[in-house]
Amino acid sequence: MTAAARLREDATRRRLAALGLPEGGAWANAARRAALERLAAMGLPVRRDEYWRHTDPATLNAPEAAAAELPDGAAPPAFDAIDSLRLVFVDGVFAPERSDDPRLAGVEIERLSEAATRDIHWARELYGTLEARGQDPVARPFAALNSAFATDGALIRASAAAERPVALIYLRESEASDAILHHCVKVEPGASLTVLEAGPGAARLNTVLEVEVAEGAAFHHVRVQGRDPARRSVTHLFGRIGAAARLKSFTLTKNGALTRNEAVLELAGAGGSAHVAGAALGDGAFHHDDTVFVTHAAPGCESRQVFKKVLRRGATGVFQGKILVRPAAQRTDGYQISQSLLLDEDCQFLAKPELEIYADDVKCSHGSTSGAIDETALFYLRARGVPRAEATDLLVLAFVAEALDEIEDDRLRAEVLARLEGWLTRHRS
Amino acid sequence: MLDIRNLHVRLEEEDKPILKGVDLSVGAGAVHAIMGPNGSGKSTLSYVLAGREGYVVTEGTATLDGQDLLAMEPEERAAAGLFLAFQYPVEIPGVGNMTFLRTALNAQRKARGEEEMGAGEFLKLIREKARRLNIDAEMLKRPVNVGFSGGEKKRNEILQMAILSPKMCILDETDSGLDVDAMRLVADGVNALRDAGRAFLVITHYQRLLDHIRPDVVHIMADGRIVRTGGPELALEVERNGYADILAEVA
Repeated sequence: MTAAARLREDATRRRLAALGLPEGGAWANAARRAALERLAAMGLPVRRDEYWRHTDPATLNAPEAAAAELPDGAAPPAFDAIDSLRLVFVDGVFAPERSDDPRLAGVEIERLSEAATRDIHWARELYGTLEARGQDPVARPFAALNSAFATDGALIRASAAAERPVALIYLRESEASDAILHHCVKVEPGASLTVLEAGPGAARLNTVLEVEVAEGAAFHHVRVQGRDPARRSVTHLFGRIGAAARLKSFTLTKNGALTRNEAVLELAGAGGSAHVAGAALGDGAFHHDDTVFVTHAAPGCESRQVFKKVLRRGATGVFQGKILVRPAAQRTDGYQISQSLLLDEDCQFLAKPELEIYADDVKCSHGSTSGAIDETALFYLRARGVPRAEATDLLVLAFVAEALDEIEDDRLRAEVLARLEGWLTRHRS
Repeated sequence: MLDIRNLHVRLEEEDKPILKGVDLSVGAGAVHAIMGPNGSGKSTLSYVLAGREGYVVTEGTATLDGQDLLAMEPEERAAAGLFLAFQYPVEIPGVGNMTFLRTALNAQRKARGEEEMGAGEFLKLIREKARRLNIDAEMLKRPVNVGFSGGEKKRNEILQMAILSPKMCILDETDSGLDVDAMRLVADGVNALRDAGRAFLVITHYQRLLDHIRPDVVHIMADGRIVRTGGPELALEVERNGYADILAEVA
């Protein structure tokens, strides 16, 4: 056995010893057992894995979550001002008394732990299915671990245009909470739904969001991973986009000791569209990793990946992004950009953009840059009377604008922008 | 208004003197021109006055209405009423022209202890000023100078000047890259701003801009110094004979 294999086996054994498969799920039991088998076969990641070269998985592998100081101040969670249906999770446990009545015209909303006990349920076809598909060609062990051990989460099915977004609000009250949440979303043909997510809400949080966007349907996802400097989280978004369907996901990350956000999207029907974007702002002990894998499996689809990172005082940003174009996916339009703005010299940005193309009628472009604030532009603004700090903020906002533009809804974009501006004001040099 | 005394400047990166004792005094209401061959230090003078990094003042003073310019940050100089129209206006992707102008105006007002201008009033002001310079609404919405032609960039500089209403305006080779029509537009914009409380320092390589913006005083700069000062006729002399005669005379 190689050294890496031994490390992997050891990490997997120690982690699994600390967990038990949840009981009492009819259809879910089978899905959990299958996920556990997947996990056992692949093992947890180690630093030597190519996919984890830039992000150390040790703290995510550890049997217990390291204590993370609670964020100070009682800042309201993101999307407080947005008219939405709120589902509140405290340290990874659904809190019905703090949530809204889960009734929304054209939308079914259930709790995973309750739906799992029923014999027949629509989520049976979805739970763990997209996660399992997403394990090939690259293993995503934390997602398999999530499917096996998640006890809570939301199951949401939209069969019409939802009139309000559903907001998943994660709150944290414990210093050492270790939460695993698994959500499934199905947007039926022609329907549309927006799901919001706010806050990591645990010292260590592992979330999986599986989304099936049926023919002609639209799914929007806007997430704010907020002011919680010491927490760690690993998240996966698995999306399968049908013919002429659309998926758009945007994430704002502010602080956090470790964040790994993976998005695994499959354009499965002709004329589909998948956009995934993110803006990450880090100051000091901040490690942020965006790992994206977009598969074009059908003709005439369009995809965009837009990731911007603003790094201060030793913060680290990672981007691994791939576009895979299968032979059937003629007339693919793929775009990928990852950029970082290094506000201090000791920050680093590691990028690994990849294209793998098997069709011949394809338009794909990718770019990756990192650099400091443009001193010429800064002087120009100052020469017009804008003080240095404000001028810097203006240039930072200009830098992240392309990612923010991926949020379609004006009010949601304004909400995210306000959070971003707040961070900039609090983190001036 | 603007008083420069014995100003010596060298580059920060290398020990190379650029300005070697500049003396210049521009009074309120006056238009002065500085002409000179390439590399004479004209642009350096404008950058040093505006506060650009990369230069070291080794001797001398520069004041604006008695305030020590050289001790101030660039934004403080702007708020005090100094404006530099750039030879190469900077493109700032992602920052809307309108946002930029309003941020700048209100930052200056705030620095002077004045009330900030509301969105409605600002819109009225910018529309009126833009119309005079033939700047359409589309140009105002676009990111600062991005995709602007040479002429549009220079007109945009004059628009900023009109909005910010500075008392001391320095125009650094504003005529470079302009065709005759664009130059006339820019000159008209500048002339509209001329008044008894405002002074201009027009830096140019050629005489032709001075046909449109008529100076009261013309200075010839060479090798980091003002070598001759005269009336508008001095510019015509340069136009006729080039710089060689004048330089030979003072050498």
